[in-house]
Amino acid sequence: MRVRARVSGVVQGVGFRPFVFGLASELELTGFVFNDASGVVVEVEGPQVDAFLLRLRSEAPPLASVESVSSVVVPEEGARSFEIRASPRGGAPDAPISVDTATCDACLAELFDPLDRRYRYPFINCTDCGPRFTIVTGVPYDRPWTTMASFVMCAACQAEYDDPRDRRFHAQPNACPECGPRVTLTEDAGAEAGGAGAADDVLAAAARALRGGAILAVRGIGGFHLACRADDEAAVARLRARKHREERPFALMARDAAMAATLVALEPAPSPPETAPSSPATALTSRARPIVIAPRLPGAAVAPSVAPRTPELGVMLPYSPLHHLLLADVGVPLVMTSGNVSDEPIAFENDDALERLAGIADVFLLHDRPIHTRVDDSVLRGGRIVRRSRGYVPATLPVAPAPPLLAVGAELKSTFALARDGRAWVSHHIGDLGNYETLRSFTDGVAHFERLFAVTPELVACDLHPEYLSTKYALDLDLPTDGVQHHHAHLAACLAEHGVERAAGAIYDGTGYGTDGTVWGGELLRGDLTSFTRLGHLWPVRMPGGEAAIRAPWRMACAWLLEIGHDVPEEWSRVAQLVRSGLNSPLTSSMGRLFDAVAALCGLRDTVTYEGQAAIELEARADRHETAAYPLDTTCTQPVYRGRTPVYDLDARLVLDARPTVAAVVEDVERGVDVALVSARFHNAVANATAAALRDEPVIVLSGGVFQNELLLARTLELLPRALTPRQLPVNDGAIAYGQAAIAARRAQSRTR
Amino acid sequence: MAHGAGGKATRSLVEGLLAPAFGIKSLDDAATIGELALTTDAFVVKPLRFPGGSIGELAVNGTVNDLAMGGAKPLALTLSLILEEGLGSDVLRAEVDAIARAATQAGVRIVGGDTKVVERGHADGMYITTTGLGQRDQRAQFQPARPGDRILLSGPIAAHGTAIMLARGEFDLDSDEIVSDTRSLWPAVDAILGLGAVRRLRDATRGGVASVLNELARDDGVAMLIQESAVPVAPAVAGACELLGIDPMYVANEGVFLAIVEPGFVAPGFVDIGEVKTDPPGMVLVATSFGGKRVLDELVGDPLPRIC
Ligand SMILES: [Fe+3]
Ligand SMILES: [Mg+2]
Ligand SMILES: [Zn+2]
Ligand SMILES: [Zn+2]
Repeated sequence: MRVRARVSGVVQGVGFRPFVFGLASELELTGFVFNDASGVVVEVEGPQVDAFLLRLRSEAPPLASVESVSSVVVPEEGARSFEIRASPRGGAPDAPISVDTATCDACLAELFDPLDRRYRYPFINCTDCGPRFTIVTGVPYDRPWTTMASFVMCAACQAEYDDPRDRRFHAQPNACPECGPRVTLTEDAGAEAGGAGAADDVLAAAARALRGGAILAVRGIGGFHLACRADDEAAVARLRARKHREERPFALMARDAAMAATLVALEPAPSPPETAPSSPATALTSRARPIVIAPRLPGAAVAPSVAPRTPELGVMLPYSPLHHLLLADVGVPLVMTSGNVSDEPIAFENDDALERLAGIADVFLLHDRPIHTRVDDSVLRGGRIVRRSRGYVPATLPVAPAPPLLAVGAELKSTFALARDGRAWVSHHIGDLGNYETLRSFTDGVAHFERLFAVTPELVACDLHPEYLSTKYALDLDLPTDGVQHHHAHLAACLAEHGVERAAGAIYDGTGYGTDGTVWGGELLRGDLTSFTRLGHLWPVRMPGGEAAIRAPWRMACAWLLEIGHDVPEEWSRVAQLVRSGLNSPLTSSMGRLFDAVAALCGLRDTVTYEGQAAIELEARADRHETAAYPLDTTCTQPVYRGRTPVYDLDARLVLDARPTVAAVVEDVERGVDVALVSARFHNAVANATAAALRDEPVIVLSGGVFQNELLLARTLELLPRALTPRQLPVNDGAIAYGQAAIAARRAQSRTR
Repeated sequence: MAHGAGGKATRSLVEGLLAPAFGIKSLDDAATIGELALTTDAFVVKPLRFPGGSIGELAVNGTVNDLAMGGAKPLALTLSLILEEGLGSDVLRAEVDAIARAATQAGVRIVGGDTKVVERGHADGMYITTTGLGQRDQRAQFQPARPGDRILLSGPIAAHGTAIMLARGEFDLDSDEIVSDTRSLWPAVDAILGLGAVRRLRDATRGGVASVLNELARDDGVAMLIQESAVPVAPAVAGACELLGIDPMYVANEGVFLAIVEPGFVAPGFVDIGEVKTDPPGMVLVATSFGGKRVLDELVGDPLPRIC
């Protein structure tokens, strides 16, 4: 029998054809295999065709992700051999591009084998591992369309590349010390990077500098890191001061899982598997190699400045050969923080790094393999994704089949998404669009994705917030637009990911533009991918001074105190006037701002130096054994007015009336109750109210940035064990673009029907 | 529509509706007819009186400044007053005095006028429309901004809008220092013209310095790079803006203008706040103290928090 099979999914650049070749040889089949624009085409002939088709799926190489195998029987040809054929050109490039992947065990063994020709070569890779997405410049995925284009392979490398039995067959970044990229070390940021020595000397010198307390800028896969010894308080404090980063924790890199286990508790979370998508230990060693945030161990040899005022640490393992060599040589955990100043995007080009990081790094470890797309490290906390970037992008997520479209996402933690033919490519974490450099990587990124995945948008989806730079970008395009309410997008992202039609959700976040022009953020919504209704929301209060209230949680405390008729401290009297006058003080139903207010009322935080800091510290302080809860009423039968304006949305049936909650917080704080108990009782109140509001709903979603709070999420899930939460995307605004895409696609689909 | 905030909503009204209807490309603040310049402006401000000024003074200075920004020496004004029934005669008298005083200070004559009284509830106390006539100054030869040009500011910003906001909110700040900067800009324009090539003049009224920079960048297809630390804001004003949570760059002024001038231009009393660049065309960027660049965009309406 002879069949022709088409395999789609992530099947190019991942060693799929050698795998097919090997399998066909083993089963004594004849025929051929080749890549085309949509994936892989195989024809096999022989008695064991059925076994071949089964194993094609089940034994696919680690980086492959087979979406479908469709086969038809064709006339036998009686061929004598099996061959790998050249790819035909043309057609839409449909074959997905693989993610950047951590160095595999086979390559790692060679890296540390003194007899191997790639011994201590910082760019070793194969079809199972190495850079992909970050080095792709165009399609098809082939060496000329990567940043390896300028490196001409030596005879030995070329032979591996051409041999279908070799694990480097068509490994596009294939390289060796003879022909591949090189590292250089420079202390003088002003000098042209030169003085290349053997990679070994360079790395040994870099490790020596690190051991001696220097700050090293090191170019990795998606950009530059700033590194120093994690146990050297002087070095870490110097890094903080030079980077202008006040308190936001630094990530660490440990040599291996054993070293990581001396820093953080990596046991699987005690919650059921449904609530914890992957255990911290699994995530840490996964091929994506994200930063894993986990509880800090008491004996962790880490300087105080690494992560002030938090009981957690973010740890990752080496994911490139360069990192492996550095960590092996240094022998202690390193701080590995993004190579930038303050909130700027990370540097990824040598010149840019030498200029921008000149005031921070003592030594620069550079290399000459260009990075085409800047990509941050991904971050997981409690097994949940907080930042989806390197190692996860550009994997696709499902949307309704609809005309090609672009979704531009939110403003901070922004991502974008392109969709066509039922698939959405959600971009890597882009960041704060108010930063010009970031805005440029947003617009460049959209253009790059459009080419790479052959999406020519006919429609653009955006937030309703008129001041989001993403919204302005969308409106400036010459395309029909579909405005999507922010919290509807949060809900939809979770629905679409789980393939669920409709649900009721608690969407709790900082701020989002509501359909009534006020600031939403503590929302109970019921809806599907086309529309929603507002079931309820948090009791709204003023946000004194708008964004100023986000930077200064005490302002929210002031607003809530006035709301419950409590007097406010004398030094808050001007902000109290601001609340009363309503000047530049929009009404908000934000749950994030309620957490801020409670943190300030507990005396934890008056101002913040990074987003979410007050809520993070409130969570950190909570006594996990406390079961009592403050009152938080979930119904309101009498309309309440503020002047002539209804206090809450009269169409919404439920109001989460947090006034008694805040009153109870104040009372306990005034009585001198331990903050740990106050915090826990407050968390429990929000969980109880959420459960009470949604308990009878058939399908329940929990999302929004506030649910990054693990305690709140765990408590709520205990009460609502059926609730769905985002798994492949964060609960925060990183999911907005996908939610917009899912809604716009479904609306477009229903319009064309 | 969101009116009053200046910025994009107003611009689209002007560009989309008014300008096409009258067969002109844009509604410039001042139009020229031979050697003369002509401008008209309506004044609606709440409250009518505020620290440092009142609607009457604004009505004179606003129109005088439109002429000055068009490179014309203000000569004469006509006024049209729309009064709400029941407006106190003392209030009216005070504004008439304020108009007369401002006109004297600005060196212009009031040459005509009209008064209408409308029913109670149809005007917010008082509206004033002013038409101004000026003599074009031959030294004013305006051209598009070019990369390399310097961006000058005539004085500290954000005083007027902050004073108005505080007056509306009835704050008991010790705000003696926060008073409107309403004044005639002609003396300063007279001083700067002729010192070198002045390419552009624009008063930073509604929408503040940010909106004006965006208009200039867009009109001339250039970028503007502003040094955050160079922009002068009086400490009391900065403190009030901080309290109110507003960015001084977006706050209205009535006595501050921007001049785009050729490189190397020296103008005593003016503050150099940045440079005209090629990239990114049509955008205004602010260099922060950390060495990064923030986008200073034009606001569509009232600012609402963007942080999630
Ligand atoms: Fe959000
Ligand atoms: Mg005008
Ligand atoms: Zn490998
Ligand atoms: Zn080689």
